[in-house]
Amino acid sequence: MFRRLVEPAGHVTVTIDGRPFSVAAGETLSTALLLAGFAGLRRSARLGRERGPFCGMGVCFDCLVTIDGAANRQACLVRVRDGMAVQTGTRLPALADTVPE
Amino acid sequence: MTRLDLVIVGAGPAGLRAAVEAATGGLSVMLVDEGREPGGQIYRGSESGAFAGTAKLGSDYAAGAVLAAAFRASGVEALFGATVIQIEREADGSFSVSVATGHDKAVVVRARAVIAATGAQERPFPIDGWTLPGVMTAGAAQTMLKADGVVPDGPVVLAGTGPLLYLLAAQYGALGVAIDTLLDTAGPGNWRRALPHVAGFLTSRYAFKGLGLLGKALAATRIIRGVEAVSAIGDTRLSAVTYRKGATERTIPAHVLLLHHGVVPQINLTWSAGAQHRWNAARLAFEPVRDASGQTDVPGLFIAGDSGGIGGAQAAEAEGALAAFGVLRMLRGTAGDDDRIERQWRRRLAVSLRGRAFLDALYAPRQSHLCPPDEVIVCRCEEVTAGDIRKAVRRGAMGPNQVKAFTRAGMGPCQSRMCGLTTVAIIAEETGLSPGDIGHMRLRAPVKPVTVAQIASLSEADERRPTESPSATRPCK
Amino acid sequence: MSPAPERSGNDCDVAVIGGGVVGLSLAYGLAKTGLAVTILDEGDIAHRASRGNFGLVWVQGKGLDNPDYARWSLASARAWPFFAAEIEAVTDTALSYEQRGGLMASLTEDDLDTRCNDLRRLHNRGRDCADFERLDAGGMKRLLPAIGPDVVGGTFCPHDGHVNALRLFNALHAAAASLGAIYRPNATVEAIDRLPDGFSITGAAGEIRAGKVVLAAGLGNARLGPMVGIHAPVRPQRGQILVTEKLAHFLDYPLGTIRQTDEGGVMIGDSKEEVGFDNGTRHDVLAGIAAKAIRIFPLLAQAQVVRSWGALRVMTPDGYPIYERSVTHPGAYLVTCHSGVTLAAVHASHVAGMIASGDWLPDLTPFAAGRFADVPSPG
Ligand SMILES: Cc1cc2nc3c(=O)[nH]c(=O)nc-3n(C[C@H](O)[C@H](O)[C@H](O)COP(=O)(O)OP(=O)(O)OC[C@H]3O[C@@H](n4cnc5c(N)ncnc54)[C@H](O)[C@@H]3O)c2cc1C
Ligand SMILES: Cc1cc2nc3c(=O)[nH]c(=O)nc-3n(C[C@H](O)[C@H](O)[C@H](O)COP(=O)(O)OP(=O)(O)OC[C@H]3O[C@@H](n4cnc5c(N)ncnc54)[C@H](O)[C@@H]3O)c2cc1C
Ligand code: FES
Repeated sequence: MFRRLVEPAGHVTVTIDGRPFSVAAGETLSTALLLAGFAGLRRSARLGRERGPFCGMGVCFDCLVTIDGAANRQACLVRVRDGMAVQTGTRLPALADTVPE
Repeated sequence: MTRLDLVIVGAGPAGLRAAVEAATGGLSVMLVDEGREPGGQIYRGSESGAFAGTAKLGSDYAAGAVLAAAFRASGVEALFGATVIQIEREADGSFSVSVATGHDKAVVVRARAVIAATGAQERPFPIDGWTLPGVMTAGAAQTMLKADGVVPDGPVVLAGTGPLLYLLAAQYGALGVAIDTLLDTAGPGNWRRALPHVAGFLTSRYAFKGLGLLGKALAATRIIRGVEAVSAIGDTRLSAVTYRKGATERTIPAHVLLLHHGVVPQINLTWSAGAQHRWNAARLAFEPVRDASGQTDVPGLFIAGDSGGIGGAQAAEAEGALAAFGVLRMLRGTAGDDDRIERQWRRRLAVSLRGRAFLDALYAPRQSHLCPPDEVIVCRCEEVTAGDIRKAVRRGAMGPNQVKAFTRAGMGPCQSRMCGLTTVAIIAEETGLSPGDIGHMRLRAPVKPVTVAQIASLSEADERRPTESPSATRPCK
Repeated sequence: MSPAPERSGNDCDVAVIGGGVVGLSLAYGLAKTGLAVTILDEGDIAHRASRGNFGLVWVQGKGLDNPDYARWSLASARAWPFFAAEIEAVTDTALSYEQRGGLMASLTEDDLDTRCNDLRRLHNRGRDCADFERLDAGGMKRLLPAIGPDVVGGTFCPHDGHVNALRLFNALHAAAASLGAIYRPNATVEAIDRLPDGFSITGAAGEIRAGKVVLAAGLGNARLGPMVGIHAPVRPQRGQILVTEKLAHFLDYPLGTIRQTDEGGVMIGDSKEEVGFDNGTRHDVLAGIAAKAIRIFPLLAQAQVVRSWGALRVMTPDGYPIYERSVTHPGAYLVTCHSGVTLAAVHASHVAGMIASGDWLPDLTPFAAGRFADVPSPG
């Protein structure tokens, strides 16, 4: 669906839904997810429909994913970090999961 | 608690220039942007993005690096990755600016003046299927290009109206990225309505740039004009786009559909701060009411750049400078020792606004696209359809706040950024009133979602109001 | 029989002034008795507490020093299941009304002791006063597994419940309309004059003639009341509320200040502030509300707040409702309270019935406006 035009300077590893992916260092997380083949990132709260990044600039709130345990974060406003753990497909986040120890 | 002369919200051309001029004038300034680095929308990634230091995205884009460098040299304190969630004017005339800074942290910054330079967002183009993954805005695709050097792969369709649509097509064209189809949905009467403004346009910088743009885009792309309806088709993601022009209806395969309907000011922050806003019928948007230096009717709150009304990057930069001079005059009684500079910026502003009226008319969206058919989702967050909104109006909800209470449109995390204008357009269509008389739904803080912990941390910094006791555990008696 | 001709709404049996929860409940009840009802309301921008309330159908702690009010609240809570079922049936709307009991959490033993003593004293006053149960920390934890270690205990009242407040508001509109009531927005009332056979009501929507008039205009009642000889010194009292993103269900019971809606959002509130007609929000007040919520449910710290708002309660000097029929203007009534959701059931049944028939039952006499005759109306 998307491809890279410019070769990245370096790579980092992020975990998406438990699987490791090598992504460009410093890349926007939503971009990394799209390049990794994740089109839908979450399900809508009321009807449970697939949603993915839409506005790319932090205003639509459709790119929400769980990042390192914190639910409903905007993937388009975050850059990837080595070791980042991302969970997609959430509809209604369960709070207990989001409490950092 | 930090107490400053000036807080600037937004690090686009308006905010950056305002920071540079205010610092030059000797003010203590803090600049806040939720992005990672200076640049804003047009110059996104110009410091460290995929095309930083190159001319591949055009000379306009390259100018961003220069401004960013001037800003870095100004020594202004900058908070990146931080979101301003509330601006309140206190009894002593200063401002409390609440800033969400980290995962569970927020701070209150006190300042004597605020310049909001929060820029624009794309006007929503609600079509059937626009919530499917694979459907994005042209701006989103452009941001991916600027920040990450990533482009669509597989069949890609652009649809809508507005200069940015063609700019993106041209930027893709120059990089050798193929676009399958561009569906131009501008209305048939637009040329006629734009014509009276053509003189202004011909003396503007857009005339030259605009023609070059179209030439490049045209060469590389199949453009279909006069498209009357577009819809996105797919099950869990986009697979095709259907469009209608006259009696012809066609479905074309697509992996990516990029929508665009022009840009409109981001008004959540300034509206929630209490500034007066007014409907601009030519631009089909609400804009804050400002004086010549950008000051609103909330004394000390200035607005510069596209968040005050769409003028583009050069106008934004000029307005940033003028707002800084306005703040200097307010705090110091003079805008520096030489008002020649201010006059120069004022001239630059006038020049850069030339041609805007022509573009506004030429690229105006169709009425039928502002008010989609019943089955189309208008509020993406709460999944409220155009039909739901019409039904509420027919049951007596005469304005957006009552429609919101009836339907929940505007109650989700985007806080009506995706549905506000469409809701107003539908109410206008149903009632025959003008959007100006209807108004926008009330916008409140926090203007972006923040955690309960972040809200809780706003008190630690600030114990000024002992008279208002926070909630008791008792409900209403 | 041919269908009744479409009413214009300009001539009606009863005009209800105010399209909040109170006016709508009464309008629905009045229309149910067969009367032709017109609801006159302000426009989109108005002080309308019914759009900003917390959605509790609540008994616990109500009327601690006023058993009449305690009984009245309990009567409404008992009527609510039937009321909810009826509105749902008429409108085909799920109100998500639940009455499994509600809780108040205490962060100190002192607070818990005080509350229990208050509730016990009230309970001892008569069989129609609410039951309650004292819970220790363990008892709270059993009902609310997410509760935090700072909570020392709490009280449980089986009559308490909650409802989706906006769907109630929406459904009451629909229910009244389904019985032929006519809703007139942008119809701010400016004057009420007596006619030989009723009232002439004038304002933004022109003149409306009505046999009876019911003033249910919330904060507007302070101004309208005197037009029919009723002193109703209501004042605004601000409450601020935070609401989170929609979350997976984790709260089985509502608390007085925290509840999870059927849709998943958690509402957190509410403050009580005397700030006149300012319905804005203040970061420091919201911070206090948020901090307290985190002490009660630590996991809320990470929940994201998607909206906050301030709304104005309709408050009388003693905090209890006013139910009044005019002596000087027979046929004119005034109804005002600050728990219009809780009392919606009795408004739609008892109070509407009394207004329709004109028989004022003793239930309402403790709430006569005359009790404020000597109280100067606060600024
Ligand atoms: C998606 C998009 C793409 C565009 N691309 C182009 C282009 O390629 N060429 C062109 O000529 N014009 C483009 N424009 C038009 C553009 O708005 C102007 O040219 C120019 O960027 C306006 O500058 P500005 O300083 O007013 O605002 P912006 O450049 O938009 O900067 C506003 C800044 O404010 C920040 N911000 C907003 N709200 C908050 C908050 N609450 N807290 C903290 N920070 C906040 C944002 O992160 C942003 O960095 C684009 C507009 C959009 C919306
Ligand atoms: C923060 C908060 C939380 C609350 N929580 C709860 C709760 O959990 N449970 C509960 O039971 N109650 C609660 N309430 C109270 C409840 O919302 C109110 O009791 C109820 O909404 C009052 O209803 P009302 O119809 O009297 O007033 P409103 O809803 O204020 O409606 C008054 C109406 O009258 C109209 N009006 C005014 N003047 C005129 C005029 N001159 N002409 C025509 N129309 C006019 C207004 O436009 C408005 O529509 C809460 C209130 C607040 C503010
Ligand atoms: S894509 Fe719109 S908020 Fe991230």
